[in-house]
Amino acid sequence: MLNTLENIIPSPVIALLIFVALPLVLVSIYALFAIWMERKVAAHIQDRLGPMRVGGWHGWAQTIADMLKLLQKEDIIPTNASRFLFKLAPFLLFAASYAAFSVIPFSSAYIGSSVDIGVFYLLAITSLLTLSVLMGAWASNNKWSLLGGMRTAAQMVSYEVPTIMSVLSVLVVAGSLNLMTVTEMQTGNTTLGFLPDWLIFQNPFLLIAFVIFFISIVAESHRVPFDLPESESELVAGFQTEYSGMRWGIFMLAEYADMLLLSLLGSVLFFGGWNSPFGEFMAGPIWGFFWFILKGMVLVFVMMWMRWTLPRYRVDQLMQICWGFLIPISFVNFVLIALWEMIF
Amino acid sequence: MVHALKKSLVTLKSILTGMKVTMRHLFQPSVTIRYPDVRDELPETARSKLYVNIDDCIGCKLCERACPVNCISIETVQATSDVDLGKTSTGNPKRFWVTNFEIDMAKCMYCDLCVPPCPTDCITMVPEYEYSEFDRNNLLFQFSELSPDKVEEVKEKLEKEQEEKQRQKEEAARKKEAEKNKSEDSPAETKSTEE
Repeated sequence: MLNTLENIIPSPVIALLIFVALPLVLVSIYALFAIWMERKVAAHIQDRLGPMRVGGWHGWAQTIADMLKLLQKEDIIPTNASRFLFKLAPFLLFAASYAAFSVIPFSSAYIGSSVDIGVFYLLAITSLLTLSVLMGAWASNNKWSLLGGMRTAAQMVSYEVPTIMSVLSVLVVAGSLNLMTVTEMQTGNTTLGFLPDWLIFQNPFLLIAFVIFFISIVAESHRVPFDLPESESELVAGFQTEYSGMRWGIFMLAEYADMLLLSLLGSVLFFGGWNSPFGEFMAGPIWGFFWFILKGMVLVFVMMWMRWTLPRYRVDQLMQICWGFLIPISFVNFVLIALWEMIF
Repeated sequence: MVHALKKSLVTLKSILTGMKVTMRHLFQPSVTIRYPDVRDELPETARSKLYVNIDDCIGCKLCERACPVNCISIETVQATSDVDLGKTSTGNPKRFWVTNFEIDMAKCMYCDLCVPPCPTDCITMVPEYEYSEFDRNNLLFQFSELSPDKVEEVKEKLEKEQEEKQRQKEEAARKKEAEKNKSEDSPAETKSTEE
């Protein structure tokens, strides 16, 4: 992809900049429409209509209008806040989830950086999310924010364990940390004669691993039913209480970017990444990108769907789910997958 | 471990049940009415804004008396004998000028008690529900159509007529008195003459 760009554009620096900005374009467009989609899904599940006025069809421009409104809002920083950290936190949060996009293989022709430790890099850099949420929470000099931040730290550190265990179970089967290699080994359409060679169909225990992975990524991107960091009912808005205007908007953007990132990771690890579900039919770099985004969006949609179905968990229940259920099950599951791999 | 697995399965099953319900609702037509563009049609008996057909009002003040929160205030002036106010659409003769018919919709509690007593069915609830105002005084609805000049004129006329009547009455009374006195006098005279 970089080579193609360098051929088209004379200056290599500009080509590199465009190459780097491509996921940003994707994430911004995605975030604008995912927020709109979330509101639509929410509305229709509750038999309402949702935004209908801004833009033509079904109020599609609602989020753009909201963003313009947020840009014009007053930028308030609490008097005794730690100004530098307060300002830095949302950008660090977004930077962390954006940096993780560099190892995501968007299509067979586009991957930011095909490093051999791809998955570990991604998991490591997303742990910066915890740091930046805690940073913003502490810097805003507000008890509710700090409580929200502490909950975030507890939640994300705990849920890192089942996430990594389920990712590891995939890697045991795939035998590589490079996400491009993991995707490429899922090409083909031979499992049971007709199913695509996706990892989720190859091993019954990988289905359990996927369920655990999905529950943990919902918790990691702190969405309902695990949205304890910003629980509006008890903590007003948790770690983002003191944030206003576009600073808050960037928190929102980062939350949606995080959702997409983890969903895309899920689709690489379990659903064959950019591989078409119909074998050679509709395959190729452009179709690959389409399939990849489609798979990611389906997972994002399931997250939204779950949000309007399940009530929020209490803190102790949250910890109980993680330490009492997910972690033991994922460890046992990991051993079973390893045994399966040894036998077959 | 077995306990954990069992509980996980039950939880998963109940989550899937819930998600089935929400998925069904996702494809149900929404119940929202897009309000400023589309307005719901109220049932015929809906109680909303009060309306008075002042042409039919005979100034009987029955509604004012029926109102439990005193939100209706009516002032009437009796018509003088030289004017004919006509009849209402129900055939009742009108005998009063309704100089003031004020309904304070801010006080109204939509009990509908003022509607049944009206003998000419001129006060009704109309299905009009958008009358929010910034100033509470704008919720005082005045139904009397008489101009202040006309009210003055009518009042003066009535006063004059009443004065006239009073005068006539007094005159009549005086006449009677006089006659009485006369008749009293004459016997006295006769008496005196008798004496």
